[in-house]
Amino acid sequence: MRLDLILRVATKLILPFMLMFALYVQFHGDYGAGGGFQAGAIAGAAVILYALVFGLAPAQRIVPAVLVETMVPLGVLVYAGVGVAGWLTGGNFLEYNRLAHDPVHGQEWGVFLVEIGVFVTVSATMVAIFYAFAGRGRAP
Amino acid sequence: MGGGAILVSVANFVLLTLLAVVSMAVVRVRNLFAIAVLTGIYSFLMATVLLVLDAPDVALTEAAVGAGIGMVLMVGALYLTRTDEAPPVHGVLLPLVVAGGTAAVLVFGASQTPPFGDPGNPVHAAGPDYLARSVPETGIPNVVSSVLASYRGFDTLGETVVIFTAGIAVLMLLKRSPRRRGKE
Repeated sequence: MRLDLILRVATKLILPFMLMFALYVQFHGDYGAGGGFQAGAIAGAAVILYALVFGLAPAQRIVPAVLVETMVPLGVLVYAGVGVAGWLTGGNFLEYNRLAHDPVHGQEWGVFLVEIGVFVTVSATMVAIFYAFAGRGRAP
Repeated sequence: MGGGAILVSVANFVLLTLLAVVSMAVVRVRNLFAIAVLTGIYSFLMATVLLVLDAPDVALTEAAVGAGIGMVLMVGALYLTRTDEAPPVHGVLLPLVVAGGTAAVLVFGASQTPPFGDPGNPVHAAGPDYLARSVPETGIPNVVSSVLASYRGFDTLGETVVIFTAGIAVLMLLKRSPRRRGKE
């Protein structure tokens, strides 16, 4: 653990940029390449990198396993909830047109919320699978 | 054929040759750690191929999932097992017949697909429609995003459920019970 000084310093330098890039890919997906799936993968990779370099326990102090396991179904619920909101506002399932005062604005809201749902599920699933693998390795 | 087209051809040739070399290496090498790294390299090459094909969204996904997380999970799995591939239990003949048969079927299937890059291909039938409709209807300039999240939103919901299912399945298989964790 003493010999990985370069890895630790480099990780600390890279991590904020990785998370920032994930947010950029998430919220700029309407204009450039990317979206919830890609951003979720990058954010998940950031947590996994931290866990690889600094160990599983410090990573789970920042991103607890309970939080991750709650986020896995939460994203699907957010996505499906937007679909149900389409019903409640008098449209079809996943119809975004009536979510705001005019259809274009409603579409933007719908896509925004749906992408957040994808982000939550994808990032949490990546981290949850990693936690499962890494935690298993330490078992007696 | 302009300079750009020649450049793309050269890039494709180099990338596809490297892909073939990496694939051969994956088949030949017996050390599983080396294979995990090689599949990561394969994914990065594939991401570059997709970038050459003007598909940055897919390239980004391939780089992040295939090369990044895929490799981490493979190395994580190696942590739980041995790092050398077990010697094969079959002779050469059976795998050769299976691989040759699969290759023949794939080549036959590929020979029946529409020519690559032909504007009359069925895949391009709906494209201009989406390109024209995306900005006025959804206000989203990146058509990939609007098709993914709005026009084909139901498919993406299914995709998210697939990710969710995969995650739950791995957790069910690998996660230790809370009771055992409490004893630690």
